[in-house]
Amino acid sequence: MERLLKSRHLSGWLLASPLVVVLFFFLILPIVMITVVSFWTATEFSIVPAFSLENYEFLFGSDVTYRVFLNTAKYAAITWVFTLGIGFTIAYFLAFHIRSTGWQTALFLLCTIPFWTSNIIRMISWIPFLGRNGIANSTLMAWGVIDQPLDWLLFSDFSVILAFVHLYTLFMVVPIFNTMMRIDRSLLEAANDAGATGWQTLWNVIIPLCKPGIMIGTIFVVTMVMGDFITVRFMSGSQSANVGRLISNDIALLQYPSAAATSVVLLATVLITIAIFLRFVDIRKEL
Amino acid sequence: MKKNHYSRRSLLKTGAAVAAATAFPAPMIWAQDIKNVTLRQFGTGVSNLNEVAAKVKEDLGFTLEMTALDSDAVTQRAATQPNSFDIADIEYWICKKVWPTGNLQAMDVSKIKNYDKIVGIFRNGKLTPESVIAQGTAPHTVGFTSGPGGKDFAKEETGWMTLIPTIYNADTLGIRPDLIKRPIESWTELLNPEFKGKASILDISSIGIMDAAMVCEAMGEIKYGDKGNMTREEIDKTMAIFTEAKRAGQFRSFWKTFDESVNLMASGEVVIQSMWSPAITAVKSRGIDCVYQPLKEGYRSWGGGIGLSKALSGIQLDAAYEYINWYLSGWVGGFLMRQGYYSAVPETSKEHMSENEWGYWFEGKPATDTITNPQGQAMAKAGDLRDGGSFYERMGHVACWNAVMDENQYMVRKWNEFIAA
Repeated sequence: MERLLKSRHLSGWLLASPLVVVLFFFLILPIVMITVVSFWTATEFSIVPAFSLENYEFLFGSDVTYRVFLNTAKYAAITWVFTLGIGFTIAYFLAFHIRSTGWQTALFLLCTIPFWTSNIIRMISWIPFLGRNGIANSTLMAWGVIDQPLDWLLFSDFSVILAFVHLYTLFMVVPIFNTMMRIDRSLLEAANDAGATGWQTLWNVIIPLCKPGIMIGTIFVVTMVMGDFITVRFMSGSQSANVGRLISNDIALLQYPSAAATSVVLLATVLITIAIFLRFVDIRKEL
Repeated sequence: MKKNHYSRRSLLKTGAAVAAATAFPAPMIWAQDIKNVTLRQFGTGVSNLNEVAAKVKEDLGFTLEMTALDSDAVTQRAATQPNSFDIADIEYWICKKVWPTGNLQAMDVSKIKNYDKIVGIFRNGKLTPESVIAQGTAPHTVGFTSGPGGKDFAKEETGWMTLIPTIYNADTLGIRPDLIKRPIESWTELLNPEFKGKASILDISSIGIMDAAMVCEAMGEIKYGDKGNMTREEIDKTMAIFTEAKRAGQFRSFWKTFDESVNLMASGEVVIQSMWSPAITAVKSRGIDCVYQPLKEGYRSWGGGIGLSKALSGIQLDAAYEYINWYLSGWVGGFLMRQGYYSAVPETSKEHMSENEWGYWFEGKPATDTITNPQGQAMAKAGDLRDGGSFYERMGHVACWNAVMDENQYMVRKWNEFIAA
């Protein structure tokens, strides 16, 4: 008995078991359920257990699906470019230009202040700002930059991406800042001594060493943008669709199997995307 | 627990109580018992009003528990979970889907005191003897069944009602007259290029498609057999016209919730859009000019009613009839009419409204004094007229009732494509 308890295998499993149980019930089981339901059929009031490929046939047979997936990818790609650019710059500034740790912490906390309010409130507050009679338009008109209010500021792809960038840039800043702080400063001095310019140091030393942080931020941003539906609905005035909105429309109409099928396809797409990302950077090795 | 207690003893106790109640006309004998009754009502937000539940407790003594859901969830629950409610507050088009499941029980009109005074729309379909019956799911077509236990719909008044009508109205487009600056007379204006980027339509497929159909028909592009029950071809044509307009940038936004429609209109993002009556009121109460514009092609109308779960029996069933009779006796009617809706028995509501209110809301007369809503907020000042005029003027020009189509699933898919286009 004593030997059994001391066995490394058993104690290992016992220590891991709480997490295994939690993940099984709250991650594996729901995904299995969704996959199973995606093969069911639905009437107007009820879902009927069956094994039918109807949901997938409809999904892959409609050009709306392709357009919507393409649109989702477009939002993810553009948002990624902007959040990476802004996020990297902020992290770089915080990590290398602010010398005192106290100021670093203070400024970093400042970045998180917007997160004290809800996601949705931060998003919706753009609407009156960008509206036809909103602050942005009236200011531009007062400056004489434009004569007519700009309609594309709100309820357009512009406003959707603006909101995404606003909401998710911090998810880029945090991991990149984290990896930057761990870069050994003597490496930068060595680069300097070897005659590298600032840009060369950035490109050849800092960016390669920041890759894991960039990758973690990328995974955050891409998965959140691809899974979002509420930002697209509000900021596009319901006029654009992404995959999340297809799913939420189906749920509202009680078409759970169809929603489940779309979810499975979305999940597969996101997993494949992440798998491709991880081909470039081995996060675990470089952490 | 309480519920079980009643159903278990219902055979003995309620049997005796009902016998007693019939023997002695006064219901006082079980007045103590009825205080312990709780009726669970669920429905859409429109008529699930806390004020009503509070008044029920005060006037009738029993408890009414209300749950508000969206219309899809209401339909599903009424169709699939008959034991989860006692009273279903649903719309007539939902009744068309739900009644055949047998989850609701027919109501004996001889127990409804004001039955004879219920507006003709809900009985023979005719508001006045000359009225023409509109397209869609007209309430009287699904308002009666053949008898107790019936799952069918009867063509005429049989004495057994599926739903007791409670609340109804005629919907049209809302406009901002201060920004449009010219009279609007037709549904076609929604797609008028003059309002490019300033129009909106609601993104709730079953209602949105009706508004779209009103527009297409008014434009003379499509002639519908029945706007409430379109063929696939009619759906395709309608969505094609709207998709083209969407791609050309006609719409500023679509809206799904009441608040969104209010904000779009109040901020001036949109100057013409499909809208609901209380939303107009909300815009007006911010001091912004907004009109529920009557249009020459007529209104898209809707009606709601309450149905009884088939599981109701004994003292609870008696309480439910008591509740229905109370509902039609006037207080609720007056309360609803003050919000711009109509009551099924207008004449009883009259006693609960001031002459000024009755004149403004029902008769379409100029207000003689400030009109306030039930919460006491001013809605109109002396001299103002209700948009669309009197009850007969508005309900007499219904072009189509909210409906559920045979091709519903096809329509929903097409609507999704329209949104994604």
